Amino acid sequence: MSGVLVIAEHRQGALREATLECLGAALALGGEVTTLLLADAPDSLAGELTGRTHGLKLYAHPDLAAFNPELYLPVVIDAVQALQPSLVLMPHSSQGMDLAPALAGRMGLPLVTDCTGMSWNDGALAVQRAVYGGKAMQELTLKPAATVVATLQAGAYQAAPAGAAETAAESITLTELAPRHARRFLEYLAGVVEDVDIAEADILVSVGRGIGGPDNIPQAQALADALGATLSCSRPVADAGWLPKSRQVGTSGKTVRPKIYLALGISGAFQHQAGMKNSGTIIAVNSDSRAPIFQVAHYGIVADLFEVLPKLAERFGG
Amino acid sequence: MKILVLVKNVPEVAEAELEIDQGALDLEDLEMVVNEWDNYAVEEAVRITEASGGEVHLLTLGNEDDEDVLRRGLAMGAHAASHLCDEAFEGSDPATLARIFATAVKGGGYDLILTGVQSSDLGQASTGVLLAQELGLPHATMAIALEPGAGEVVVTRELENNTSEKVALPLPALVTVQSGINQPRYVSIMGIRKVRKMTIEQIQADDLGLAEEALGAAASMVDSQSLALPPMGEGAQMLEGGLDSLCDQAAAILREKGGLA
Repeated sequence: MSGVLVIAEHRQGALREATLECLGAALALGGEVTTLLLADAPDSLAGELTGRTHGLKLYAHPDLAAFNPELYLPVVIDAVQALQPSLVLMPHSSQGMDLAPALAGRMGLPLVTDCTGMSWNDGALAVQRAVYGGKAMQELTLKPAATVVATLQAGAYQAAPAGAAETAAESITLTELAPRHARRFLEYLAGVVEDVDIAEADILVSVGRGIGGPDNIPQAQALADALGATLSCSRPVADAGWLPKSRQVGTSGKTVRPKIYLALGISGAFQHQAGMKNSGTIIAVNSDSRAPIFQVAHYGIVADLFEVLPKLAERFGG
Repeated sequence: MKILVLVKNVPEVAEAELEIDQGALDLEDLEMVVNEWDNYAVEEAVRITEASGGEVHLLTLGNEDDEDVLRRGLAMGAHAASHLCDEAFEGSDPATLARIFATAVKGGGYDLILTGVQSSDLGQASTGVLLAQELGLPHATMAIALEPGAGEVVVTRELENNTSEKVALPLPALVTVQSGINQPRYVSIMGIRKVRKMTIEQIQADDLGLAEEALGAAASMVDSQSLALPPMGEGAQMLEGGLDSLCDQAAAILREKGGLA
């Protein structure tokens, strides 16, 4: 085939946007694009894929409602062996992290993850990746290989537009799944919504690792109060328990789009940016002039946030 | 329950300004620390054995200085540690690392193997799951809670958008641990001193019977790689001036864009 095989991702009855971004990347690479969709009722999810992939293989089995790598792997391995794609591509998501290395490991294929850009270089895959928390970019060229497995960072590519490809779909009803191990999906758990919904706020004062510790949270809260704003945070602050998880902005937390996002001491790793980059106006305060947050901010201040906090609050009567 | 935790030393970059020299990170001014995700994994393993017995073994791969990361884990309550230390290992890609770890671990009788979801340096999020394949174990990534039971472990996996899922894995199994799963205990210098006499098993390539051409850069899937600082691009409009001026400008922007009085 020498094209790209994309593994589609869906959850709780909806196709995930990251799949369409993989199709955007796959079509940009050129060649035939085939998509595998494994689901309990794949026909209901096929509509969004139609017109965005050349081949579409719809695998149906009642046990495929939720993702399970043990159920996916035998199907994907068969498809890779039959189609011999140059590249197997999937999102760098909770699903892709579970599936891609397992696929590469079981088939002995090269693996490169969390790519932000990819191209073919004389038959070898060349990729860009963000490393060291987004503070450096890695350029990587793999040795030539018949098939490579890769995962794509969410948001790195535009979703494939509808009508980008003419789709030939094929439905396959699986009678038997052949898991190697008895991993079982039990249930989904929705996140806890606590005191406030940060996604509803017009103004967010958001603190990162730079806030230093729980003792400094009241200073940030004082500024938020003076601005009539809500306090939110980046992952390290929630991980450390300085603010509840419900206040976390980012891929695994909440996506926010306030009028103003004031980022204090947030370096701005990709996972954070993905949750806030569409805010109306982003003002970032950080002591490191090269912090990745300044890539997405509209206004940047290189300063010690503990000097800025009280003085800024003063200007709003705080 | 016998638990193995893979740990790794990484350069601390969260608060540092990075310097790239000829396509590689300049490590000179950077402090080496335990990979954040691995620290959570060690804490989780120690808690499981504190609650229901068993032992925690640590395994790292790195140079002589990286023994620190094992001492630190022992100070947290791990019972034993092994150090894969050999120049032949340098430049290994995740698949090769997984083969090295698998060879070192086979026959260890572990019920559970924990790794961090990823490391904060290259963030490949691959080695743990690749190791599971080498060992023929079931796996689950992104654990934010672990409930070990009889013959199985229930793992709560963090998904996207404030959602999670529970899955059950038969034991033995490999799980990758997400940050925030617990609050890791503080490690004091005194604590590390107390474990300074514990013997750390040293393992070299010869001990594993792995051929040199199957290790390091020679066996890597990578042909070439280089690092660069990210392009500054359009980026933010950087405000200039003294502290008072900066705060005046920020206040003006807040008033204009946020409709504040």
